[in-house]
Amino acid sequence: MAVTIAKERWTSKVAEEAYGPQGLKVGGETTLPFLHFEGEIPNRAVTALEVFDTEPKDYPDILKEPFADVINDPVAWAKKVVEYGADMVALRLMSAHPDWNNASAQDVAKTAKAVADAIDVPLIVIGCGVEEKDGEILPVVAEALEGKKALIGCVTANNYKSITAAANGYGHYVIASSPLDINLCKQLNILINEMGLPLDRIAFDPLVGALGYGIEYAYSIMERARMGALTGDKTLATPIVAFIGQEAWKAKEAKDADVPEWGPQADRAILWEATTATTFAIAGANIFIMRHPESVKRFNAFVDEAMKSNAY
Amino acid sequence: MGLTGLEIFKQLPKKNCKECGQPTCLAFAMQLAAGKASLDACPYVSDAAREALDSASAPPVALVKIGAGEKAFEIGNETVMFRHDKRFEHPTGIAIQVNDNMSADEVKAKVDKINKLVFDRVGQVHEVNMVAVANDSGDAAKFADTVKLVQDNTAYPLLLISGDAAAMEKALDVAGANKPVVYAADAGNYEAMTALAKKYEAPLVVKGSDLNSLAETVEKVVALGYKNLILDSGARELSKVIADQTQIRRQALKLFRPLGYPTIAFANNDDPIMESLYASTYVAKYAGIVVVNSAEPEHILPVITLRLNIYTDPQKPIAVESKVYEILNPGPDSPVLVTTNFSLSYFCIAGDTEAARVPAYIIPVDTDGISVLTAWAAGKFSPESIADTLKKLGIMEKVNHNKIIIPGGVAVLSGQTAELTGCQVLVGPRESAGINSFFKQQWNQ
Ligand code: B12
Ligand code: SF4
Repeated sequence: MAVTIAKERWTSKVAEEAYGPQGLKVGGETTLPFLHFEGEIPNRAVTALEVFDTEPKDYPDILKEPFADVINDPVAWAKKVVEYGADMVALRLMSAHPDWNNASAQDVAKTAKAVADAIDVPLIVIGCGVEEKDGEILPVVAEALEGKKALIGCVTANNYKSITAAANGYGHYVIASSPLDINLCKQLNILINEMGLPLDRIAFDPLVGALGYGIEYAYSIMERARMGALTGDKTLATPIVAFIGQEAWKAKEAKDADVPEWGPQADRAILWEATTATTFAIAGANIFIMRHPESVKRFNAFVDEAMKSNAY
Repeated sequence: MGLTGLEIFKQLPKKNCKECGQPTCLAFAMQLAAGKASLDACPYVSDAAREALDSASAPPVALVKIGAGEKAFEIGNETVMFRHDKRFEHPTGIAIQVNDNMSADEVKAKVDKINKLVFDRVGQVHEVNMVAVANDSGDAAKFADTVKLVQDNTAYPLLLISGDAAAMEKALDVAGANKPVVYAADAGNYEAMTALAKKYEAPLVVKGSDLNSLAETVEKVVALGYKNLILDSGARELSKVIADQTQIRRQALKLFRPLGYPTIAFANNDDPIMESLYASTYVAKYAGIVVVNSAEPEHILPVITLRLNIYTDPQKPIAVESKVYEILNPGPDSPVLVTTNFSLSYFCIAGDTEAARVPAYIIPVDTDGISVLTAWAAGKFSPESIADTLKKLGIMEKVNHNKIIIPGGVAVLSGQTAELTGCQVLVGPRESAGINSFFKQQWNQ
């Protein structure tokens, strides 16, 4: 008996955005991940590798190794990241953290500008994670990066106002971060949008967990958000950002060098990060912020295969 | 699935003879619809009606039992496309492949490795499920010898891979009693393969070259009277497998019967990292069984972990009981560590404490099974709940000191917790992995 292929008739699509002066396109899909047979997936998943503006404190050796010669120089580190094949550079302004160097807005903005000027890929700028401090520094960073069409975050329910205003004024995009709740995510997108920033200048971060550490919660939130987007909910239709590296490299399975029953660390650590990424790729994420060049390479090889046509 | 009483009634003999124990055929039909009676209770149903009712009441994805004995497992019986709708029922079986071109020593060594792929996670044992044996040599005797060797060395069910019915017959002579999966019946050999599977009541994979040919061959096998089936659409490229797995699940849920069976997917790849990524994807994307080559823990652990995550019940986090846990026979001098009763939180801190070789008491506060920070944000991990738990469990009477250690992530709780409990509250590291150096620096000085 012939099979009548079952195709969903989705009515809407994920917003398409273009980052950086280069116009790197993200989003725009009209179906669920990799179901090319029933819709368009015009742009592939993009990766960013993280660069710290000051030496990271909790990088295990295996993660330091690829950046050993540049780990104290964000500009050189960023160039290296581009050589490794990342589509974007994700600069993390940890030096601004009160427990790190408590650097000023001016200081970090200078670094951000220097990095942006040194690379020919779009820039993501991530604050230090302390909401109040990020609310102070990111507007100044946005000003320094005028014209760079950067993706700036993370914007939360507590600090979105100052950052959104600056991102809007200086032509950037924002990453909206809310803790694993589809309603909180909608709400924050709406609040940001009400300040005049169009929805297609927002990407959202549902706060992911790593493989083995709560990955299933964000997996299901992403699936639900994508179905919402495809059935017409514009407030859920922004591209999804997943902080893969930050989570995967907290896991013991990635960090611990000697646990004989888990096998050698090299493949295990890379797989911990790459599996976290591919799992979110099949759930609907668009932008993958990662830490190790080898996991980016593996992830890209996976996406190459997944992007091949499967039309019936 | 979901026939109404009236629809069932139409198929009954309408004799109202009461032999089924119900006053009327209609009453019996209502009981059937509610799942409270079995059709067997009526001696007069016609074969045609039985067939119609059986297939209408069959689940969208058939349940298939694999293997015999302690390591037997089930696949299928799934009811949804997305785990947020309802939990995925039967975790994907993971099969690791050997072949009959390998020497006996190589086979034994690999099977030994497979037997050791057992991981302890959140207090449960997680392992692979099958050994696949491929007839790569094309030689029937060699195949049977290898199957025997594998069977003698593992308790896991087998997956027998050969397109040659004669070779399959020899292998089943050896292993048939343990209900291995027979791989595979295709358009060319289905009659012989079906007869073999039927003889041993073993699950049979039906293989197509695409979805149409798959559905056609399934119908032919079903016409031969065999329904203990698993599906392989023949796709091997990642994107085609994702598409076919999605289609098969969609078709099954629409009650298109030829595709209403669990599936098998092959992730085999020369590059073990890509293989592992593919296998994880097929675990999430509906495969009943996934086959890989690598038997190395670093490639299998991620797949097993993802399976655990994807197949947990989205409504119910895995929790541990809130009670006193004793790590390495603690005594009155031992530290008291407070955490939540989310399994993962408890097992992180318990595992790292054990690894630090420090005897300790661990006290999980009942937070409805949510993690430290989540429970703190939700107000369930609070000075009050900590104080109540310590009191209820009487833990401070077991020790000769007055100190408790709380997770670094909730340092803000320390002041009020000290007030409420009268204990000295030490703030531990944020990550449980830091507990070893914490003990060295702040406990054992
Ligand atoms: C998965 C998750 C959820 C799941 C819950 C899953 C569960 N069963 O717990 C869901 C979706 C339900 C959820 C909901 C919410 N969440 Co939530 N969630 C997460 C997430 C992504 C991972 C949490 C997790 O499972 N971690 C793994 C476990 C093992 O970690 P852990 O318990 O902390 O244990 C570690 C350490 O603390 C330590 N440890 C454990 N015990 C002990 C004991 C001692 C003595 C020591 C020393 C150490 C130690 O060892 C472990 C490993 O290192 C985090 C963000 C993140 N990436 O971490 C947010 C997070 C915890 N959630 C957060 C929030 C705000 C919420 C909500 C309030 C949001 C909302 N929607 O309203 C709700 C509250 C839920 C409710 N009302 O019941 C916030 C907490 C705020 C904060 N800054 O502290 C977080 C941090 C996200 C964020 N950055 O904003 N969440
Ligand atoms: S035994 Fe069969 S025929 Fe008789 S009442 Fe029951 S259902 Fe009707």
